[in-house]
Amino acid sequence: MIPVNRSGEVWVFAEQEEGSLHDIALELCGKARQLADQLGVKMAAVLSGWNVRELSQRLFAHGADRVYLVEDRRLEHYQTQPYAKILCTLIDKHRPQIVIYGATPLGRDLAPRIASAMKAGLTADCTALEISDVTDPKTQQVHKNLLLQIRPAFGGNIIATIVNWDRWPQMATVREGVMPMLEPDMRRTGEIVEEQVALTDADFPLRLVERHREPRKVNLKGARTIVAGGGGVGSKANFRIIHELAGAIGGAVGASRAAVDGGYIGKEHQVGQTGTTVRPALYIACGISGAVQHRAGMEESAKIVAINWDKEAPIFGVAHYGIVGDLNEVIPKMIKALKERPKE
Amino acid sequence: MPYDSIVCVKQVPDTANITGEAMRPDGTVNRAALPTVFNPDDLHALEMALAVREAHGGTVTVLTMGPPKAGEVLREALYRGADRAILLTDRRAAASDTLATSYILSMAVRKIGRYDFVFCGRQAIDGDTAQVGPQTAEKLGIPQVTYLEQVVNLHENIARLRRNVGSGWEVVEVRLPVLVTVLDTAGLVRPPAAKRVLKYKRARTPSELLIEVSRENPDFSDQQKEAEALRRAESLRCRGLMLAEWNLDDIGADLAWCGLSGSPTKVHRVQSIVLTKQGYTEIPPTDDGIRGLIRELVIDHTLG
Repeated sequence: MIPVNRSGEVWVFAEQEEGSLHDIALELCGKARQLADQLGVKMAAVLSGWNVRELSQRLFAHGADRVYLVEDRRLEHYQTQPYAKILCTLIDKHRPQIVIYGATPLGRDLAPRIASAMKAGLTADCTALEISDVTDPKTQQVHKNLLLQIRPAFGGNIIATIVNWDRWPQMATVREGVMPMLEPDMRRTGEIVEEQVALTDADFPLRLVERHREPRKVNLKGARTIVAGGGGVGSKANFRIIHELAGAIGGAVGASRAAVDGGYIGKEHQVGQTGTTVRPALYIACGISGAVQHRAGMEESAKIVAINWDKEAPIFGVAHYGIVGDLNEVIPKMIKALKERPKE
Repeated sequence: MPYDSIVCVKQVPDTANITGEAMRPDGTVNRAALPTVFNPDDLHALEMALAVREAHGGTVTVLTMGPPKAGEVLREALYRGADRAILLTDRRAAASDTLATSYILSMAVRKIGRYDFVFCGRQAIDGDTAQVGPQTAEKLGIPQVTYLEQVVNLHENIARLRRNVGSGWEVVEVRLPVLVTVLDTAGLVRPPAAKRVLKYKRARTPSELLIEVSRENPDFSDQQKEAEALRRAESLRCRGLMLAEWNLDDIGADLAWCGLSGSPTKVHRVQSIVLTKQGYTEIPPTDDGIRGLIRELVIDHTLG
């Protein structure tokens, strides 16, 4: 751990794979920029890999003041231990007050290894981060400007706010898709700080034998509109009307767990805690009751339309517009209205 | 070549089927009101360890940390084929966060001594952090391989493992010992074996015996209760049904790194998710109603 360091920077781990930045790195930059401005400190990204230097410019455009760059041919493919050693070495040297990582498979593999080695705190899978003063209920001591690490827990049934007041840095992984990516400012520049971390062969215990990439066919995260179907759609055959509505709007097709478990559609379409977290401009939930696990993955959508025959369905609790009725009648009417919609 | 495995498992509240009574008005969770289950990912970790033993020989030791009630998952593991089960229980371990938990688990693993594999589930359904596995690996100073779906090959002290990395999969080679975390997509899990259920349903930890004796004999003095529990323990031990139970002293844990004092993360606030009925605009399911909705969404630029 490092001691409390109120002038420390706010850091982002810049996740990249094969020379391209993961979206989460840029989402985190936007949030970290905001936190750093509130604290009046600099924001920096840690970028490690091989031949990744040119990615720095995008990190600057998304808000970084500084990029700590570590390049080594052996870092071309990610493995836990050398990456953890790099972060630990840099944290010890520069003493950032906050370090955030994407709650991606890679981030969730890496961050706990670092937290354990540093004996520092780590909160998993945050959906919100804020700065606030916190009073220790026992001693009444006030801790200024702590990072509130907010996350769903207990299967999404509670929202917990976690703080770490003495074993810094304050670290968290952040769920994909919940922090909006800011518009890049291509004129922004920053400083690249090249760092040397001594890595030995013992730091690379894994040997990559084979690798197979399966790019996600469904781009739920990038969709502006999502039409999602649930168990109420009733059958795989009837799920066709969900596709038709999505087609009429030009949106992506999503699904609740009930629809996926029922075999109506593939798991890659699943929205929710165990699927993808989305925040489109418009989310149309058709025949979805709205279990907490589903709501956790879509309630941040800008506009939510819910269609359900059951007016007590929890989905209406997060909806902006509710249509109580049979989706088999409502959806065709919607498609018709969409085709006839006034052109702006 | 035989391989010795340690499987870390957890008894968790069944968060997938939570009812209203489980949430207190102040937003905290009434754990006692919830049924408990064997953490789903951990069943897959156990299955993988059993499969390694079947293919190559060796042993499977199951380790759980929790209150005395967690003895239930140890029996479950024995029903499925584990050779040995250990309960790690101590009130001083309460309120441990993932860092303190991994420290305690690593000390217990060290006490067990020899091992080739530590198998963990990817994550527990009550916290969903997926942190304890990697943190325990770091504390043990051994490599970690997360999101395991398959042990592809084992040859002497080299394991070839297939992991799912979200955007695809990869096969890696690693020298043992290693800690792996297992996904629930790893395959089917065997059911409890009827013969083993008959044998191990009477297996108990010392804490469980004491609780049972106290419940059955409320009038006994503390001394009588302990004597009776010891008598039953002796009888179970002769039949190989006494489960090991360790506390923090047994594993040589430094108390500063356990429980609340060993936990850098503090819970500042907990809110239960109550539906905030801020109210929604109800649209009648008629042609006119729906046309009006679409018009509104076009006007506010939600629809292009």
